Amino acid sequence: MNWFTKILTSSLGKKFVMALTGLFLISFLVIHCTINAMIFFNDGGATFTHWGHFMGTNTIIRTLEIGLIIGFLLHIYEGLLLWKQNRDARPVKYSYVKHPEKSKWYSRSMGLLGTLILLFLIMHTAHFWIPNRTHQFVEGEELPLYQMMLDIFQNPLIVVLYLLGCFSLFWHLLHGFRSSFQSLGLNHVKYNKTITFVGTAFSIVVPFIFAMMPISIYFKWIQ
Amino acid sequence: MAALDSKIPTGPLAEKWSNYKEHAKLVNPANKRKVEVIVVGTGLAGASAAATLAELGYKVKAFCFQDSPRRAHSIAAQGGINAAKNYKNDGDSVYRLFYDTIKGGDFRAREANVYRLADVSRNIIDQCVAQGVPFAREYGGLLDNRSFGGAQVSRTFYARGQTGQQLLLGAYGALERQVGLGNVKMYNRHEMVEVVTIDGKARGIIARNLITGKLERYFGHAVILATGGYGNVFFLSTNAMGSNVTAAWKAHKKGAYFANPCYTQIHPTCIPVTGDYQSKLTLMSESLRNDGRVWVPKTREDAKAIREGKKKPEDIREEDRDYYLERKYPSYGNLCPRDIASRAAKEACDDGRGIVPSGFGVFLDFADAIKRLGVDVVKARYGELFPMYQNITNEDPLKTPMKIYPAVHYTMGGLWVDYELMTSIKGLYCLGEANFSDHGANRLGASALMQGLADGYFVIPYTIGNYLSGEIFTKPIALDHPAFVEAEKEVQARAEKLISIKGKKTVDDLHKQLGKIMWEYCGMARTAEGLTKARKMIQDLRKEFWSNVNIPGSLNEFNPEFDKAGRVADFIELGELMVVDALNRNESCGGHFREEYQEEGEAKRDDEKYAYVAAWEHTSVDSDPVLHKEALVYENIEMQTRSYK
Amino acid sequence: MKFNLKVWRQKNANTPGKLVDYSIDNVNADMSFLEMIDILNDNLVRKGEEPIAFDHDCREGICGMCSMYINGRAHGPHHAATTCQLYMRTFNDGDTIYVEPWRSKAFPIIKDLVTDRNAFDRIIASGGFVSVNTGQAQDANNLPVNKDDAEKAMDAAACIGCGACVAACPNSSAMLFVSAKISQLALLPQGQPERDRRAMSMVSQMDEEGFGNCTNIGACEAECPKEIKLTNIARMNRDYFAASFGSQETVSTGEGH
Repeated sequence: MNWFTKILTSSLGKKFVMALTGLFLISFLVIHCTINAMIFFNDGGATFTHWGHFMGTNTIIRTLEIGLIIGFLLHIYEGLLLWKQNRDARPVKYSYVKHPEKSKWYSRSMGLLGTLILLFLIMHTAHFWIPNRTHQFVEGEELPLYQMMLDIFQNPLIVVLYLLGCFSLFWHLLHGFRSSFQSLGLNHVKYNKTITFVGTAFSIVVPFIFAMMPISIYFKWIQ
Repeated sequence: MAALDSKIPTGPLAEKWSNYKEHAKLVNPANKRKVEVIVVGTGLAGASAAATLAELGYKVKAFCFQDSPRRAHSIAAQGGINAAKNYKNDGDSVYRLFYDTIKGGDFRAREANVYRLADVSRNIIDQCVAQGVPFAREYGGLLDNRSFGGAQVSRTFYARGQTGQQLLLGAYGALERQVGLGNVKMYNRHEMVEVVTIDGKARGIIARNLITGKLERYFGHAVILATGGYGNVFFLSTNAMGSNVTAAWKAHKKGAYFANPCYTQIHPTCIPVTGDYQSKLTLMSESLRNDGRVWVPKTREDAKAIREGKKKPEDIREEDRDYYLERKYPSYGNLCPRDIASRAAKEACDDGRGIVPSGFGVFLDFADAIKRLGVDVVKARYGELFPMYQNITNEDPLKTPMKIYPAVHYTMGGLWVDYELMTSIKGLYCLGEANFSDHGANRLGASALMQGLADGYFVIPYTIGNYLSGEIFTKPIALDHPAFVEAEKEVQARAEKLISIKGKKTVDDLHKQLGKIMWEYCGMARTAEGLTKARKMIQDLRKEFWSNVNIPGSLNEFNPEFDKAGRVADFIELGELMVVDALNRNESCGGHFREEYQEEGEAKRDDEKYAYVAAWEHTSVDSDPVLHKEALVYENIEMQTRSYK
Repeated sequence: MKFNLKVWRQKNANTPGKLVDYSIDNVNADMSFLEMIDILNDNLVRKGEEPIAFDHDCREGICGMCSMYINGRAHGPHHAATTCQLYMRTFNDGDTIYVEPWRSKAFPIIKDLVTDRNAFDRIIASGGFVSVNTGQAQDANNLPVNKDDAEKAMDAAACIGCGACVAACPNSSAMLFVSAKISQLALLPQGQPERDRRAMSMVSQMDEEGFGNCTNIGACEAECPKEIKLTNIARMNRDYFAASFGSQETVSTGEGH
């Protein structure tokens, strides 16, 4: 093993990769959330489509998209690896466990929450991203994403599944945001409160905005 | 009675150690690699010795009975470590530390050893700081000091209330470094159960692997015992549960003399015994006596009412309280020395005025201090101690007086060693609390850590070379040598005998019985009559032990009850020797108080007859030990009487 | 007081264990948890049964040897206290109490509640020290240390190596222990020459021992009897990344000297 892979495969290296990819995915969420929020202009999807088109066709963005996919895969791979290794580190479980106050259920359940998000992601990409990119690749033009949204979110089951996805994302972010800073060693008495505040706010705001999309469409607040 | 050769170097006191070092024989680096040294015990003395000898190039095997060398009971020392650095510019010097230690020891320690101790004390601090021990510091970044009993200067270095822990972790780090480098082979969970001697020289040990129960043989060109004190002979003490005398006792039975076994330090401020279930006693820092006032009710009736819960301490009016230390020692009051405060508490309780259900406890009252200084100041001053007390006793000392009673804390006696720390067996060394050492009849606060580290870091590395230089041609002795086989066979036979008794009493039953005898007759106050009686009782107890002890399980497994039984068997034999020694010493000095020898209630030394180290040679369990005397000659200090009135 | 105990009994490392029920009467509220076990053991010995093996030594909360997982918590319900400093008054009369050993692949069980924690020793041996031989030191006051740093180093150095962090961690991670030692020496000037090497080799040894990975849950900090802080883990992370990416030194396992 060369020095680089040795670092990345060490216990701390894994935290490092988790934290960096996590923060990267958080930055993706900001963009994704912002552009999707354009539907709230309620202008028949004009603004949304404009920016959607930009994101879908701009070369730089398309290149970055590859990075995004790698980020996702790494985050998922490391997450599963951590889950497996951590489970193996305690071959015989305790018969009775009482978690201290400070140990939060969502912090302990990042693997589970991550898996739920992954399942959501499969559904979500099957709805939009995969058909769109496939269509682009085959036909050379984009699909009408806005109209697709309006159609798909007519199904109450799908709306509920999307809401569950957002809910999982909320808990996942609630731990993940703050945790990534700790993993990178960014723990400082002067900034910890800010990190926690921003992290909590982010975990609430972003999933909330996402959640409002299927709801607004289902209840026809957006046409 | 043969005279003992302590091998004190000639020359002026201050030059003895440097003279010695300059003339001691050396072992060259190539030869050191061929020489093996066994170190038993990994407390301050053992860990520092093992690490330092390995650094020098010797091949070291180190043993501890705990699961890790870091657990040794040195870790529990709270207060600090003395060193004659004079960083406070308050007039400290090597001579002053030397003088205070001799005087504190009631003039029963060896001048040359104590001077060397005071001398190297400075190097210890340098060494520990270099290792990263986080001593308390001042804002300027330099080391802080506090003052301690028995001294008029501030020379105590400390790391919060965990000085022992930090020093031990420093030594442990140094030891583990050598383990990692392959220079020390560490044997955790191994208990030394025999010294192997060949042609009069210590050549190895038999150790019991506590996990498998198997006996194992180990060779060494020399063997170092750093196995701590024997306070647990009293069953209840501030020692750790596992602290024991076994290694030292086995050495004693193999020919090493045991010196001054009766010198026991009883610490006045411990949490009293509350019930028979109690397994150990917890020390409350001596510093509490700065603001706490010690008292019991004046009448037995009031005391009885408190014991029975009918009255509260607050119900006893000021004029009905006996602040006995202030009454008896007006000039020192509550701050009189440990041994005196302890005896006074015993006196009050023996008079039927104890205030805990068992009858053995007195109040340490902070009400006046709180009135004078306010709750916050008192709370801040004793920050960690009050919550600790409250956790253990469930009583808040800010609201009701603390209850305290003296408890066995440290043993000044131990294996007799000469100036080189060699016992009366060639090649067998003894360091730290395990030897009879430098504290005379009473140890001053913050001196135990100093002695352990002095022995391990700075004395033994020099003195052992003087011996090992003659051993470089000795090839490692095969473990099937008859001496090893024989020793192992004896140990095995004894173990089999013990486990097969399957009697009625548990090991703890018998240990508690021993403790009670020792505490009653060989504790804070002793009499010829009591000691004579105690000796008989201990002999009977020994017989009972060997016919009626019940040890569950078998030998070839992890069996803590068996380990305990072996230790208690040795404690019983040691107990008898302590009694014999106490009976022999017809005087009172330091931790040894004979009621017959006092002057107006104070200890009365007899320098004419007893200014000697009593070193006992083992004959057999059933016959008397032989006394060897090492005269204590004071060339630099004049012997005086202590008074605290 | 009376209690029902469910205690983990396991003959040795190779035999599977199980929880065994015991009941104990006449327990005094002022007894420590270990004294209660002493009495239970005394009863067992008198009945001709084998007593429960457990690690303990100083019984004043400093040696780090006692190690019981009581009612689902490392060292039991009392905050910032070792098992030996847990008193029976913390429980209610008639309670059922679960007593289990530390559970981690890196702490194999020796017998009943006794585990092998030598992994910690090996981690220290890989770099938890300042490489200074006896006799080489300069005068202690030649090296001023910032008081705040000294205090922080002391906070970290207070670790007693009991392994409660590993036991409490849902992932069996040892990072609080390792980071405490790395932090202590990283905060002091004495620790600087070996700072990079130490971080790399101790982490490497820790991984070698089979502990789990830290996922920043914080159970270790919550259950540590000496209240060692998570900030130490962050400091270790910083040091490790700085050393691994920045330092020209490389360290392979077992070579941290």
